[in-house]
Amino acid sequence: MSVFWSELQEYFPFLLKGAEVTLQLSIISMALGMILGFLAAVGRLSGRKIIRWPLEAYVEIWRDTPLIVQLLLIYFSLPELGIVLSAFWAGVLGLTLNLSAYLSEVYRAAILAVDQGQKAAAVSLGMSPLQVYRRLIIPQAFVACLPTQGGYFIALLKDCSLVSFISVNELLRHATIIISNTFDSMNTYLMVAIIYFLMSFTSARCVSYLERKLTPSRNRKPKIKPTISEMPQGGSII
Amino acid sequence: MTIEPPPPVITLEQIYKSYGDNAVLRGVDLTVRQGEAVFLIGPSGGGKSTLLRCINFLERPEAGTLTFLGETLCSQNRTNFSIAPEKQLRRARSRMPMVFQQFNLFSHRTVLENVMEGPVTVKKMPKNAGVGLAREALDRVHMLQKQDHYPDQLSGGQKQRVAIARALAMEPPVILFDEPTSALDPELVSGVQTIISDLSNQGLTLLVVTHDPAFVQSTAHKVCFCDDGHILESGTVSDIYTNPRTQRVQKFILSSGSRMT
Ligand SMILES: Nc1ncnc2c1ncn2[C@@H]1O[C@H](COP(=O)(O)OP(=O)(O)O)[C@@H](O)[C@H]1O
Ligand SMILES: [Mg+2]
Repeated sequence: MSVFWSELQEYFPFLLKGAEVTLQLSIISMALGMILGFLAAVGRLSGRKIIRWPLEAYVEIWRDTPLIVQLLLIYFSLPELGIVLSAFWAGVLGLTLNLSAYLSEVYRAAILAVDQGQKAAAVSLGMSPLQVYRRLIIPQAFVACLPTQGGYFIALLKDCSLVSFISVNELLRHATIIISNTFDSMNTYLMVAIIYFLMSFTSARCVSYLERKLTPSRNRKPKIKPTISEMPQGGSII
Repeated sequence: MTIEPPPPVITLEQIYKSYGDNAVLRGVDLTVRQGEAVFLIGPSGGGKSTLLRCINFLERPEAGTLTFLGETLCSQNRTNFSIAPEKQLRRARSRMPMVFQQFNLFSHRTVLENVMEGPVTVKKMPKNAGVGLAREALDRVHMLQKQDHYPDQLSGGQKQRVAIARALAMEPPVILFDEPTSALDPELVSGVQTIISDLSNQGLTLLVVTHDPAFVQSTAHKVCFCDDGHILESGTVSDIYTNPRTQRVQKFILSSGSRMT
């Protein structure tokens, strides 16, 4: 155990530097993935075949191949096409495209689940389709799928370890570097696990907090916390 | 000497609508005049909701002519049917808001925000003015004290009163009601009906679908019986409830136990 403490002091800062890169990768990819995923979801719901069909193919392709293969393919094939990206940005690109495919499914379902009656009410007030999206569909759908999005963020944090394969200096790669010096796999990986746990746990708490804060009836505590599948349409707790 | 009838607000001529091969509206003629409370009655599935939804173009009619305050929203001549541009339809919708059976309040917004939504988002009214207007509308339905509640903290009757305030805040010339009290517990029905009757007494034009004969008899200026995609009969309350002309209407009035004696 004393070995662990001394190694902790020596190598922890280096691991934290890696964790910082992991967080940067996750946050940037999440933000971009959310935007892209939303656009893909809206495009797929738009109904026009020329828009819908390619987007459906896009979603299928990213969901039906392993992330690691996608990352390697992007990292090694982009230079062939004359596009030079640093390992970090190649990682961001791969994670973003992959995540956007999954999120577009989540958003599509959440948009479809917004109460038809409330949509009819909005339209019957004279709102344009864009106003209905801005004022009703997006706020409700976003909150309804917040827990799912949180789950994807945590999965993303952990999937970032795959980016070490394309030589991004994130948490896991820093661990590998330490181990090649100390040969102490067990203690190093233990530290890595602890750091991942802390990042994931904190993220999960933040998501729960956001969810509670954004749920409509702020003034009244629901007795039973609804899960997303039990959530009545429109996200209200009845 | 004859008294000029009030000018029409909504005029329908031979409106058609079908879902697939289910022909729901098969040539509906209807006129709603200024200040009138027109009630639509008839059996379930007869097309009453579809008719209301075609009037504000939540559904697109397939043939016929519809005029709203002098504007032709869709028109039919011998060969051609055309619908006004979406922008004009939206403007018309904002002037004939609808109150639904299931209330359909925006669940992520407070009572006040629900009522402000129309004036501020649709009519681009400044927020302060929108709040003022919304509070006035809430006061008319006695819901001002609940302005900061969320819809899921209200009873059905309270929700429907807020929905009526949301419509009133548009300062519309006419309001459409689709079975406004059908989803309410019995003890909450009369409060909502009284509010609707009061609006009529204040001169607002109303088009109301309901299954409650007592409500029709207390409030309607004109009653239309709708079934099989047609208006089979229309007239005053006593025309329909005391002297129905067709067997179809006679049977309906008898079976709903609402014949006036
Ligand atoms: N969105 C829809 N899609 C398909 N059929 C519909 C739809 N809305 C209504 N209908 C059909 O139209 C008919 C009339 O329905 P509706 O207008 O709701 O009648 P009412 O309000 O008089 O009970 C029914 O046969 C119903 O099944
Ligand atoms: Mg109906």
